[in-house]
Amino acid sequence: MEQVLLMGNEAIAMGAIRAGVAVVTGYPGTPSTEILETVARKNPGNIYVEWSVNEKSALEVAAGAAYAGLRTMVTMKQVGLNVASDPLMSLAYIGVEGGMVIVVADDPGPISSQTEQDTRHFASFAKLPVFDPSSPEEAYQMIGDAFAYSEEYKTPVLFRPTTRVCHGSASIVLEPAQAASSAGAFVKNPKWTIFPRLSYEKHLQIEARRPILEADFSSYPCNILTGSGKKGIATGGISYAYTCEAIQALKECRQRENDVQKNSSDIDYKLFKVSTPHPFPVRLALEFLSGLDEVLVIEELDPVIEKELIFLCGQYHLPVKVFGKLSGHTPQAGENSIEIARKAITKFLKKPNQDEDCRLNLSTLNAKHEDINNKEECIAEEDQQTVEVIQPEQPALPVRPSVLCAGCPHRASFYAVKKAMKGKKAVFSGDIGCYTLGNASPLEMVDTCLCMGAGITIAQGLHRAEPDTVNFAFIGDSTFFHTGIAGVINAVYNETDIVLIILDNSTTAMTGHQPHPGTGKTMMGNIAEKISIPAVLQALGVKQITTCNPLNLKQAVAAIQDAAAVRGVSAVIFEYPCIAIAKPGPQFTVDPGKCSGCKRCIKELGCPAITWKVDKAEIDSALCYGCSLCTQVCSFAAIGGEPV
Amino acid sequence: MNIILAGVGGQGIVLASKVIAQSAMQKGLKVRTAETIGMAQRGGCVVSHVRIGENIHAPLVALKTADLVLGFEPAEAVRALPFLKPQGTVIVSQKAIKPVTASLSAEGYEGKTMLDYLQNSVSRFYIVDSDAVCSVCGSPKVLNTALLGAAAGSGVLGFTLTDMETALESVLPAKLLDMNIQALRAGAQNIEEGNICV
Ligand code: SF4
Ligand code: SF4
Repeated sequence: MEQVLLMGNEAIAMGAIRAGVAVVTGYPGTPSTEILETVARKNPGNIYVEWSVNEKSALEVAAGAAYAGLRTMVTMKQVGLNVASDPLMSLAYIGVEGGMVIVVADDPGPISSQTEQDTRHFASFAKLPVFDPSSPEEAYQMIGDAFAYSEEYKTPVLFRPTTRVCHGSASIVLEPAQAASSAGAFVKNPKWTIFPRLSYEKHLQIEARRPILEADFSSYPCNILTGSGKKGIATGGISYAYTCEAIQALKECRQRENDVQKNSSDIDYKLFKVSTPHPFPVRLALEFLSGLDEVLVIEELDPVIEKELIFLCGQYHLPVKVFGKLSGHTPQAGENSIEIARKAITKFLKKPNQDEDCRLNLSTLNAKHEDINNKEECIAEEDQQTVEVIQPEQPALPVRPSVLCAGCPHRASFYAVKKAMKGKKAVFSGDIGCYTLGNASPLEMVDTCLCMGAGITIAQGLHRAEPDTVNFAFIGDSTFFHTGIAGVINAVYNETDIVLIILDNSTTAMTGHQPHPGTGKTMMGNIAEKISIPAVLQALGVKQITTCNPLNLKQAVAAIQDAAAVRGVSAVIFEYPCIAIAKPGPQFTVDPGKCSGCKRCIKELGCPAITWKVDKAEIDSALCYGCSLCTQVCSFAAIGGEPV
Repeated sequence: MNIILAGVGGQGIVLASKVIAQSAMQKGLKVRTAETIGMAQRGGCVVSHVRIGENIHAPLVALKTADLVLGFEPAEAVRALPFLKPQGTVIVSQKAIKPVTASLSAEGYEGKTMLDYLQNSVSRFYIVDSDAVCSVCGSPKVLNTALLGAAAGSGVLGFTLTDMETALESVLPAKLLDMNIQALRAGAQNIEEGNICV
């Protein structure tokens, strides 16, 4: 059959469709978002797909459908699982009827996240099975296995890809769909109602199940044990791919040496790939450990496999040394790479006098995470031998942090608040979304950011500590619906003075423009009742609510000043669509004859479309979105001109 | 074959790597790619890795193993140089994109410095006059296909212009196709016309 290029997330979606998934719910979050979107796009017609308001709701909706026997999938990122952890912990006790797979994408690096938390830990905390795919191809197959195990053991299971699996693409051959799951039918039974008595029984059952799953997973084909020798390498997830490449390179290197030295180029080692980190495939692991002197563990995020192996060595009194994150042989934070795997493995498999050449080759590799690794002895050693090719000195590279887009209405909102509060004591609590980028210079309007919905409540705490400060809480429309509303209730109920700024750009912008309850559309494309943010705030008892276009600077500043004077909770809703879903306005240009070179537009706004050319400002026509904010800031009327 | 595409969020790099992958798959080759998706897409540094061939496990290109660095921006090409293998090729758009931080600070940043550096440190080096190509095609949005055209024109990819046109057809919506094919050809021509600096 023909191969198609699929992103890991698409492969997971296609694998779930193939496995007959019937209900898919989730909340967008990088790197998980495209899974649900692909199911919606490739929906054969019988799958119910929704973006839920948050991960907790998503998990509960899917659980209900799984109680009734349907195959269900929930998608979220790792920090989303924190939001869903309440239902997760209890659902682990209650169990399911139809297969239920909770896909939680982890983000080593992190590349787009607040934390580097490891969902494999969450799995052992919740005592749930977890699958850890190492490539898009494997994810495509493994998601089907996850449904099968879930149904066999009547338990929800976790499925944990990481960013490089989610956002890596590979050519994959698609297979025909399996039978779709049958129509749902909920059978009433006391087992669906959690009570202390039932919880005790369930806890016992879960503990009794663990050794059975450990044995079952020991013969799961994706848990692989190969090779022989006194040294062993254990790995899992994307690190398995890096390990394979590192060993391949090492073999080629030895091969070259061998041509010179006429030695054997074989490298003796055992390789253990762990695809189900919990419950740990104990029998297979013991087979791996038997006869070994030393083990090197290559994994990302937390030392999960490493600790399991150390635990087994203790439990079975095995004289095997285990190296990894805990021993300082691999980096403790950040993502892995071929270089990191190669350095650690080279050092680990080193035999005297054999790898001099390899080491020289390796020394010229400058791993991305060099600074983090430096303290490791093996890498430091190689660094000393760096053979530098003489090259012209590299010019200093510009730093390029992410910024709000040119024409982004959030820039105008932040600027208006900044202007209105000039000279006043004010603290600005931010939240999760594109608008977190309001922290960057020159706006510098995000003083705190913790997690989804926390800005509103953090602002209340700050206000209790410093009542003479004006406390602002910025929150986007999607985040408001996600977990913002409860915080507003708390402020109104406890009579805290805060100014709530809702940055309503009519979409969930950061994750790629998903609909939410304020947009009047659902994921299935249906027209939905639009939930009005002002009406919600009014119902919650917010004293003063103003809606205003942030691109009208004068009005926006006045609205903020008004709101800041109110005691209790006041709100300003800045309404203007994200540039990605709005039509661009007429473009603006700088009249060099009028531009005084004061640089005010650049220093105050930081719009990426405005650059500095010798002694004048200049607007890049490829970037300008025509928001007109800069024309309202320039005091020399230098920006304007004909629409291009 | 290993290819690195380096530039700034918003330049269409994800699409460009898809087109390369599609061209390879048309020839029955195996492909693996890795993209930057998420916060960095808001004007940050974006790097795509494309790997073509058998026996490839990792989605990321190892340092010093890239056959081609396709630079969508001069400084980003320099930033990606550690990936380039000793005799590798660099193709770069001449147009610098100044980050806000550079406009704010006194130092600034000049694309010319980066291009000079590339010229002196890379053995096979091509500059694409992307401004010229984009103005011919009437849109700054075709920079990505123009660079792909240049890459095809340089011969390093092993794909012909026709291979890439077929790939574009399967990746792009019909209404954008004509403009992008024009950009692809213009990019290839721009390189043939002798913007070659070895
Ligand atoms: S009008 Fe001014 S502020 Fe708005 S996008 Fe264009 S250059 Fe930037
Ligand atoms: S604010 Fe006006 S006068 Fe000052 S640099 Fe910008 S365009 Fe020129």
